Amino acid sequence: MTISADVGDKDLPPDEVARKDLDQKNIDQQDLARDHAFEIPAVRRVFPSLIILFGALFALVPYWGDDVGLRESFLLAAVYITLASNLNVMIGYTGYINFGNIVFFGLGGYVCVDLVTRWHWPLVLAALMAGVAVSLLALVFGAGILRLRGAFFALATIGVNEAVRQFVANFEPWGGATGIYLSFDAYEPLGGPMPALWLVYFLLVGVMVLSLLLSYAIKTSKFGLGLLAIGQNEDAAGVLGVRTPRLKALAYSASAFFPAIAGGLYFFKSGIIEPNGAFDLTLSIEAIVMTMLGGYGTVTGPLLGAFLYEELRGYLLTSPTISQLQLVIAGALLLAMVLFAPGGLVGFVHQRWPRSRGILQ
Amino acid sequence: MNPPATSALLEVSALSKHFGGLRAVADLTFTVADGEILALIGPNGAGKSTVFNLINGVYPPDSGRIIFAGADITGKPTYEVAHHGIARAHQIVQPLAGLSVLDNCLVGACYGRDNLSMAAGRKVVREVAELVGLADRLGMPAGQLTTAGKKRLELARALCGRPRLLLLDEVLAGLNLSEILYMVETIIRIRDRGVAILMVEHVMTAIMTLSDRIVVLNVGRKLAEGPPQAIANDPAVVEAYLGDPKLMAMAEAARP
Repeated sequence: MTISADVGDKDLPPDEVARKDLDQKNIDQQDLARDHAFEIPAVRRVFPSLIILFGALFALVPYWGDDVGLRESFLLAAVYITLASNLNVMIGYTGYINFGNIVFFGLGGYVCVDLVTRWHWPLVLAALMAGVAVSLLALVFGAGILRLRGAFFALATIGVNEAVRQFVANFEPWGGATGIYLSFDAYEPLGGPMPALWLVYFLLVGVMVLSLLLSYAIKTSKFGLGLLAIGQNEDAAGVLGVRTPRLKALAYSASAFFPAIAGGLYFFKSGIIEPNGAFDLTLSIEAIVMTMLGGYGTVTGPLLGAFLYEELRGYLLTSPTISQLQLVIAGALLLAMVLFAPGGLVGFVHQRWPRSRGILQ
Repeated sequence: MNPPATSALLEVSALSKHFGGLRAVADLTFTVADGEILALIGPNGAGKSTVFNLINGVYPPDSGRIIFAGADITGKPTYEVAHHGIARAHQIVQPLAGLSVLDNCLVGACYGRDNLSMAAGRKVVREVAELVGLADRLGMPAGQLTTAGKKRLELARALCGRPRLLLLDEVLAGLNLSEILYMVETIIRIRDRGVAILMVEHVMTAIMTLSDRIVVLNVGRKLAEGPPQAIANDPAVVEAYLGDPKLMAMAEAARP
């Protein structure tokens, strides 16, 4: 580094000149590496646009083909992607495994369906309200259970889900164990059941796109950096000044918003909501499988994982020989992923081709 | 010898901490002045790391007060202590292994004393990385750094928070001689920027070169306090440590 510049090259023996050139080259490469670390790859700037483009295609392909079967399959995929993507904020970024994540979906469903049937709110407003209410509730729950770490946190999240399920099953205004049924009248403001189904589908795709954008925004923000730091080493993050309790609670609350809205839309579409369907722990665990399958900690991982899982599930359910084995296969899949590709599909690609890290978020 | 109390940046008074029946720190009082390097030494188990954990907010003291820059930070959680302007480099390196060196430093910069934005944080990181000698490794995952690299990362991350006081917990341990020399140079450069340093260290030659004052701890109590030369020749210290090879090395280093 400290070669005096005033020494002319001609005074040096040839090998010295060569060495000096080499040193200069090394310095240049170092400078390049330095600047490179600060650069934001061009792909990253267009990434949000790619997500929106994907969403538009996702919404329009069944519509153009007027394919109701494909719509139903994609609708479920949109719900799964929403669940997995928001779960990833907790699992992938913050490092907290939320086994009871489905509680947001179920509660959102109840709030929305209740607002629509009893108070005659417009669907979109009711769904938004469900998102806000469940997020606020998550902030309260989170402040309590986020004091726990590791397996204890995971158990507590299951506890929250089961407690809420029991509460709702005994809560008469919400129909107790029988739940709430929507009459056909509920679909009238949207132009009848058929247009309502399409509308709900588009709204769910919108929620899915917003979830992915939120995930991307969090990951590239200062808030996300704090979450990633917590996920890596919570104590060290605290020493560096990360206000860990607040950030964790905010992440938990943020990860509740879109699942709650999705729950509202989904159960509105179903026409019925009852405790066992709304707070189904199986779906909670499946959301974890999807996140791990695609690659936790990345934006595209949960998207890929959830989509593949939905397609696989659709295939397994319609195949008469193995329709009962859907969960067995999900479990085996999770086991295989954890053992052989703990980073999921995207993690595997990153590991295999390190250069893809900058491109595939 | 002792700076007047008014100019003290950190004032630790009558600090005590017990773990069950073990008295880790007992009635400890000392100050660190602005821009000073104070070394905390003592045999293993003397309570040095406990003192750091108390100042740092890892756990609260049983009794006593810690005043930093006029604010009472006793028993405050680690992140609040960091926001007041105290940063720490750990003895056992704690890199955020899955994140890049740049992101590790950014956490320090963005969540440190100044609560910077990502863009402003990047500028600080660039500058600190040059100072500490990590500028060519910013894109690397922190887990892939060598031991010396990880030690430097601890230092860099802490510095990125723009602290007024830096707690250095055995940053020289496990380094070879040339790495130690590099680190000592770096520490002097940090001090020259006006950052006060409180360090726990076992490498005595480094302590003799670096520190303005030394506080000697023994079973949680202060045994002696003073400039390096005086400490090396203090009969109480010599008596307590008789035969301790570390002290011999220290006395050796103090000899002209």
